[in-house]
Amino acid sequence: MHDKVDVLIIGSGASGAAVAWSLADTRMRILCLEQGDWVKPTDYPSNGRDWEARLFSDFAINPNRRARPTDYPINDANSPIKVVNFNGVGGSTIMYTAHFPRLHPSDFKVRTLDGVADDWPIDYATLEPYFAENDRMMGVSGLAGDPAYPPKAPPMPPLPLGKSGARFGKAMNQLGWHWWPSDTTIATTDYEGRARCINLGHCTPGCAQGAKASTDITYWPLAIRAGVELRTRCRVREITVDGHGMAAGVIYYDAEGKEHFQAAEVVILACNGVGTPRLMLNSVSAKFPKGIANSSGLVGKNLMFHPYALTYGYVDEPLDGNHGPPLCLWSQEFYETDPNRDFVRGYTFQFGRGVGAILEAIVSANAGRLPWGEDHHAAYRKLVNRRIGLSAICEDLPEEHNRVTLDPALKDSHGIPAPKLDYTISTNSQKMMSHGIARAKEILAAAGAGNICVESPILNGGWHLLGTARMGTDPERSVVNEWGRCHDVKNLFIVDGSIWVTSGGVNPTSTIQALALYIADSIKQRLANLFD
Amino acid sequence: MAPPDLTAEQIRDFRALAGAIIPPSASYGVPGADDERIFSDILRSLERDRDDVCQALAHLVRLAGGAFADLEPARRVEVAATFREAGGAPLAALVRVVLLCYYRDDRVMRSLGLEPRPPFPRGHVVEQGDWSLLDPVRARPRMYRGVD
Repeated sequence: MHDKVDVLIIGSGASGAAVAWSLADTRMRILCLEQGDWVKPTDYPSNGRDWEARLFSDFAINPNRRARPTDYPINDANSPIKVVNFNGVGGSTIMYTAHFPRLHPSDFKVRTLDGVADDWPIDYATLEPYFAENDRMMGVSGLAGDPAYPPKAPPMPPLPLGKSGARFGKAMNQLGWHWWPSDTTIATTDYEGRARCINLGHCTPGCAQGAKASTDITYWPLAIRAGVELRTRCRVREITVDGHGMAAGVIYYDAEGKEHFQAAEVVILACNGVGTPRLMLNSVSAKFPKGIANSSGLVGKNLMFHPYALTYGYVDEPLDGNHGPPLCLWSQEFYETDPNRDFVRGYTFQFGRGVGAILEAIVSANAGRLPWGEDHHAAYRKLVNRRIGLSAICEDLPEEHNRVTLDPALKDSHGIPAPKLDYTISTNSQKMMSHGIARAKEILAAAGAGNICVESPILNGGWHLLGTARMGTDPERSVVNEWGRCHDVKNLFIVDGSIWVTSGGVNPTSTIQALALYIADSIKQRLANLFD
Repeated sequence: MAPPDLTAEQIRDFRALAGAIIPPSASYGVPGADDERIFSDILRSLERDRDDVCQALAHLVRLAGGAFADLEPARRVEVAATFREAGGAPLAALVRVVLLCYYRDDRVMRSLGLEPRPPFPRGHVVEQGDWSLLDPVRARPRMYRGVD
């Protein structure tokens, strides 16, 4: 039994860190429980000669492959897209590409504009100050003036174009299509104690230089200095309720497997779009037999991923390879709904710089491009460092049959039921992906690439876990209200991607964090009557 | 329980197969994947793929009708070609380990013009590029939809 805290946050990733930092100025007693460890910069793969190999072992992006003691298994057999995550202080901001677009104003109004899904109960204008604050806290590099977005001012200049970026830029100009340097949380100048990017190139599994923003080096040092306690290797099993149906606290296991109860006045979930519904569904009581705060039956439903359609090819000269952050440009040419297409909504193109020597060999071997025997060497030399590619990040509309449930057999190392995913790609998304692949082929042709290849969907492409505890004003059609509080449990909040109503067609971390800061502010403004 | 080590027979077959996948090349001045240093690295690096590698090698023995390493060169090529088509996920894991170790060997990396070193701390140079390429995009009108 531990002393009761005022606020208990579960998960220290993108949203948990942001909400902890923002609430710290209330001087409340705030505790965050994180199932993983701190990761030291010296642990990151780019420190060693085995840097690419570790993408297939302790820094694999798929938790089932990585299988660290801090990971939990996920039954994703019934999904064409597998989950990507990381469990540790910083959560999946340790294991992301740092691509940092915001949702667009239209993304919050899809029902009104396009007659599909639902509008969000909040809008872009509401989040705009939180986007800006988060850009400052995470340290965003980019370029003002993008015609695809309302005005914004990234605090650092953009990543370099490099050879591949320039090739794509010329191709897009030739086609007359939009492109722009990406907003990214990779520091291009020294920034708030972080050293600038020196193009290690292997950004996704953690940055040894500290140039890539992950919340362990952005929000957390400030939150801890302000008095927030962060307790690692604490895996929460369930949220308990009191006789009034309010959250009483949580039961968790420490690193030795010992069970603890932690009482709290307020509980905030920040475990991502798979971890949060898993925990809620596992929090069963007489009051909540279907899982806590699940009177709507929507906890775990409406899982959205963003199917990725990757198209790539090879040019006749060496380009950047894996030198430099992998993503440096985006295009919003096909983002907004066009009634002349056979699908609604749209997608972002993100342009890739290239891949490392080993990854090129493995991917090419799997695709049958790399012969065995004498011809292997000549064939490989036509591929290495000559790849350029781009992915369409497609908006995934909510569908209730796409869902997270509890697996009846699979359990984690503490005996907690693992999440089970049932997910199919909708016809609308399939059409969108086909459109993206066709346009990508035109772009690659204009960029002088041949030997075109497609991976659609990207199998290990479940980076974005959204929609499984959606936000709304109607308690029968949503799990949390318009400021993140569960309709059913007035001291239980959710701040991660679970609360998204629709997915947009962009990487979500920027918007997830802006939402977390907005919810934190909403809590602070209502402290006197938070549970009314 | 830790998965068992490979037997001496499996190691012989594995090494012969690695050499069939990537043989040495005098033209490029590179060793094959059956090179002693590279193959030792492969054996040390099986970790999560050990079970798949064992399964793949068992399949190879079945196709070869005995030890793959003992086959005549022409027959080896034939069996390897069949195995490549039929090996499935276990073979993909085996090939992955071979490639992981082959393409981090200093001699191989140098032959490709790559520096045999980790990315940190020296990093790399990426050219800034010509930002005037953006001028036509800057001149475009607003693209995002209004919602009011």
